[in-house]
Amino acid sequence: MDMTFTPEDHAFREEVRSFIAAAMTPDIREAAEKGGGFSHEQTMEWHRILAEKGWSAPHWPEEHGGTGWDATKRFIFNEEMVHANAPSLSPFGLGMVGPLLIQFGTEEQKARFLPKILTGEETWCQGYSEPNAGSDLASLQLRADKDGDDYVLNGQKTWTSAAQDADWIFLLCRTSSAGQKQDGITFLLADMKTPGIEAKPFLTLGGTLAFCDTYFSDARVPQANRVGPEGGGWTMAKALLGHERTGIGGISTSARWLSQVKRLARETPVGAGTLWDDESFRLRLARLEMRHRALAMANYRTLAAAQLGHAPGPESSILKLVGTELLQEVTELALDALGPAAQVWLGAPEGVVPDFARQMTSEFNYLRAATIYGGSNEIQKNIICKAILGLPDPLSMRRLKTPERTAPAVAG
Amino acid sequence: MDFELSKEQRMIVGSVATFVKEDSPVERFREMRNDDRGWDPVVWKQMGDYGWLAIAFSEEDGGIGGSFLDMALILEQLAHGLVPEPYIPSVVLAGGLLARLGSAEQKQRALRPILDGDASAALAYGERQSRYDLTDCLTRAERSGDGYRLDGEKTWVLNGHSADWLVVSGRTGGSQLDREGLSLFLIPADAAGITRTPVRGMDGQLTAFLRFDGVEVGADALLGTEGQGADALEWAIDRAAAAACAEGQGLLQQMFSRTVEYLNQREQFGVKIGSFQALQHRAADMFAEVELCKGTMILAALEADSDDAEKRRAEISAAKLQLSDGGWYVQENAIQLHGGVGVTDEQDVGLYFKRLRVLQGLFGDADHHVGRYARSSRFVGAAS
Repeated sequence: MDMTFTPEDHAFREEVRSFIAAAMTPDIREAAEKGGGFSHEQTMEWHRILAEKGWSAPHWPEEHGGTGWDATKRFIFNEEMVHANAPSLSPFGLGMVGPLLIQFGTEEQKARFLPKILTGEETWCQGYSEPNAGSDLASLQLRADKDGDDYVLNGQKTWTSAAQDADWIFLLCRTSSAGQKQDGITFLLADMKTPGIEAKPFLTLGGTLAFCDTYFSDARVPQANRVGPEGGGWTMAKALLGHERTGIGGISTSARWLSQVKRLARETPVGAGTLWDDESFRLRLARLEMRHRALAMANYRTLAAAQLGHAPGPESSILKLVGTELLQEVTELALDALGPAAQVWLGAPEGVVPDFARQMTSEFNYLRAATIYGGSNEIQKNIICKAILGLPDPLSMRRLKTPERTAPAVAG
Repeated sequence: MDFELSKEQRMIVGSVATFVKEDSPVERFREMRNDDRGWDPVVWKQMGDYGWLAIAFSEEDGGIGGSFLDMALILEQLAHGLVPEPYIPSVVLAGGLLARLGSAEQKQRALRPILDGDASAALAYGERQSRYDLTDCLTRAERSGDGYRLDGEKTWVLNGHSADWLVVSGRTGGSQLDREGLSLFLIPADAAGITRTPVRGMDGQLTAFLRFDGVEVGADALLGTEGQGADALEWAIDRAAAAACAEGQGLLQQMFSRTVEYLNQREQFGVKIGSFQALQHRAADMFAEVELCKGTMILAALEADSDDAEKRRAEISAAKLQLSDGGWYVQENAIQLHGGVGVTDEQDVGLYFKRLRVLQGLFGDADHHVGRYARSSRFVGAAS
């Protein structure tokens, strides 16, 4: 066990740092200095810049366009990206469907999809939740009926992040209603331009259009776009979930917020000084930063285990659980730091709060979703209890036996 | 970076685990709660023979040349059996200071016997008013002939009741709160003028209040440079905090796994209580806190060997905070989920609970470490 960096690691850090500094366009740099809040176009621009360098998917195997870096290098790379406040790339292709295809896709699927995920030429969204299938995901009802070489899809997905900007969607659909509800689920890839697929963005608490309702009416998806066997979708979903949970704790985002809250405290006048002079505020902030260190260490341990070839297991649930709670706490502290300015909202005139703080209340509101998306934190706890602690299924989760059908008494 | 234990480390962990299981399960600790010494010199010698006391010391000091982490792994395992032998006071605190400051002769005199398991030691630094401020010291060490004369009182001295050797902080200059003028002395515990009052703590372990009334020591008692003991003292207490995190980790593991076992075994309303979601979700949160503690404990142990004092303090403070806050969540729920039996002395879970609560208050509590972190340049940055 060793947590020290070698001279080679230090040199690598320098290389990453100077690359980022040189590669950021003036536009992206300005947004980064204002504390993030990048447009879709800026994020995709950054994706292309990283892809050109060969750095868009550090965690992928080299043969598929990964970097071949070990966990230490990936950690350093990530730290430098956070440090520079660079845009975070969309996780749906690089972090989720990409690794799944590498694991379960056919050679044709890999050749067709992976290169364009790497370059960012095609962006992805995730079609999992439905109006009546949230935490109980396996109850999903999006119908897929076989017809010739296609599946014909009818139904609705919701909470499809950024579907309005996405080229492709990976989704779970129902190919059978027989047997266990998990057994009739199939994993498909669909082109968002398919006739019959329509994404309608809706406003979230953050005041932005981050999610869509996505409708399917007689949308035809080739069977060749199925990943894994028909009825094997639940297995795919579970494999993908491990990848999702490691990235979804928002550890980098929390780090960015922590440094912004610090800056905000220093720039918020209070009497003759600033909020930074308030010891009780500093102690609250210090406590969260220390908690963040503990979480970052848990994250390294998961990364290191992954490097040794262990797939991210149910342990990664704690990253999601603790990470999103911490993220919310940091945003809550940010609003406390704003004080009466915590009412600032999108579109306020410049100068009412520091530039970098203009997005804070929007993100604070949006991030209420963090403990809900990607499997709510309560679901993460269920996963920990079942998969790690081996506790019995709760009564509320047990399949209730269907009562025997008896002939109705005939009224005489 | 590398997060795997080495083959040697896995072997040490295995042998300590076997020792705890076969020779020092919690039952032995229960017996020792009624013993005047509270621990067994025969077992101490055995631990010395196994090399467990000397592991983190250099070969020239009579050690094995391992790392602080090796030692932390041993402490973590010993905690499973609540092994009461005075490891932290003798080895981490007094032993650490002897290795860092001692002359060859002082090491020969005191450090060797400690590492071999032939003697035990204690560090007497805290006073009634000092709380966690290590430089707050009223005990005077005035020049007397060739040596010094000590007057004052030290409180809550771990293993103070039975130590052969005492390392004592005393003021050779400056006033109560000054960093300058703090000196450390190596004194045989049976020196004339020392009065020891044993105090048994809630964890069943013994400490002592020590009075020094005109205790005369020679010039060869001085450890390191006169008046310059503060840095070394802080270093030693930091390492003790890291050691407490390691021991605490072992306690947490036990409390957690016993709680999960209990949830899987106890039945109410005709079902295992572990099937109740209200309890499950607490167990899941406990699991998360235990895992976080494990990570910070490892980081703290790795940094305990570091020369970068700023980094060492930051990681150790973060670990001690996690042990206090995260640990508290685990321990309070360990009792709660055990229900009524969790509050009986018969169940081991309560013994782990008490020991952990004592560790949380030693070497700086959560507020102390948060305050220290908040003042560090790491937190404040270069700007201020």
